Amino acid sequence: MIELLGLVIKTFVVFAIVLTHVAYTTYAERKIIGRAQARMGPMEVGPHGLLQPIADFIKIFFKEDIIPMNAEKLLFKIAPLVVLVFTTINLTVIPFTSDFIIADLNIGVLFILASASVAVYGVILAGWSSNSKYSFLGGIRSASQVLSYEIALGLSLAGVVLMAGSLNLREIVYAQHKTAFGIYAIPQIIGFVVFIIAAFAETNRAPFDLPEAETELVAGYLTEYSAFRYALFFLAEYIAMYVMASICTLCFLGGWTIPKFITDFLPFLEKVPGIVWFAIKVYAFIFLYIWIRATFPRYRFDQLLSIGWKVLIPAGIINIFITAFIKRFAL
Amino acid sequence: MIYLIFGYFCIATVGISIVALTRKNPVHAVLGLLLLFLHIAVIYLFLNAEFLAMVQIIVYAGAILVMFLFTLFLLGAKELSSTKRYTSIFEGRVLIGVATMAVIVGAFSLIETKYKGKYTISYIQEIGNTKAVGVLLFNEYPIGVLLIGIILLIPMIAVAVLAWRKNDTS
Repeated sequence: MIELLGLVIKTFVVFAIVLTHVAYTTYAERKIIGRAQARMGPMEVGPHGLLQPIADFIKIFFKEDIIPMNAEKLLFKIAPLVVLVFTTINLTVIPFTSDFIIADLNIGVLFILASASVAVYGVILAGWSSNSKYSFLGGIRSASQVLSYEIALGLSLAGVVLMAGSLNLREIVYAQHKTAFGIYAIPQIIGFVVFIIAAFAETNRAPFDLPEAETELVAGYLTEYSAFRYALFFLAEYIAMYVMASICTLCFLGGWTIPKFITDFLPFLEKVPGIVWFAIKVYAFIFLYIWIRATFPRYRFDQLLSIGWKVLIPAGIINIFITAFIKRFAL
Repeated sequence: MIYLIFGYFCIATVGISIVALTRKNPVHAVLGLLLLFLHIAVIYLFLNAEFLAMVQIIVYAGAILVMFLFTLFLLGAKELSSTKRYTSIFEGRVLIGVATMAVIVGAFSLIETKYKGKYTISYIQEIGNTKAVGVLLFNEYPIGVLLIGIILLIPMIAVAVLAWRKNDTS
């Protein structure tokens, strides 16, 4: 019983922290993009616009919730929940430090891939049940995009799993700490790049945000959604960004550890708690997301698919071969 | 408690299959199938086959069913026609009932609750379910794994050949 209570408290803590982060990521995004485009970004609500996310939150949750007349009502209501639940569930298997993890699964990597593949149904259903051409095209695009890039994502993670010899995210970090470089991003640089590109496509972020490309599709699968349900999709997208950033940190950048050659050189850094390193790495990845959104134009859909199938998947396979060689002979 | 949950998943599997079969709207039928696959994955978890459960979701729910939905959408199947889908010949019904009963009785009579194979349960718990599956597949059935690989490769080549388009427009 005490164990269960502990789990509930842990879950509550994780979700509270992640939700605060999501709120302030939207603020950071607007500020950073504003800076990239030589504007100020939000300035009015609170000092430097710091209370803007709270104002947005209040506004979006009290707006009228509109359901189109010809929509498939039940599926229309369920779709945002499917997306939110199956992205949020990933937070349970992520180890934030060496001893803070909600559920220490033996198959953490597979769990994340599985729930990501179910979450795409929410997007497809949102597109289909809205009964609108724009939504439908957005849903279809999302389906083919996620299907194509999931393979690349899986292949890049397969290299990590091969190297670490485990599917448990905690053991992957421990195995990484034992290697010479301390991070897998250096021996597996190809896999790392493939992972980053696939992560951008999986979370439907720029430059791969074709499912919601506003110049072509209004807002893609989100077109018919308003108020609360729109906010749920929005929340899910940002949580998915954080999940991808955490996986990248854990699988390629050493999680809550820092490479041994740095601590040999500067021993006082070992005193810093692991969560700080984890947070710094995650924030850096989130910043990369925003930076790329401010910098790169959107790809065309056929370009997107040919990058996925003709570049990333072969590169992922090459990465597995190289990793297998390194693992078998030397290092 | 755990038996209650297991019982729910077993009954729900049967119930959802019937629901999925009887839907008029093909999209609803596919969604029923999705729910069914998720339930089956949970039943695998009850059997301590965690790797199989995740692969069930990734492969069936994540890839194959999305393909089904895709095909449905692109072919534009809105509603099935309202013609009768099931025959109601008396002999046919009896035959199907008897055949199903025979399969169920045959399957149940073959179930042995005793433990088989050379890997002990403690060994599997020590090295983990996923690793045990890997060790078994690659050490005892390497030819089978290779054959499956080749069988899966042939359709890939076939698809590439079918979809090949000479690039003379550009």
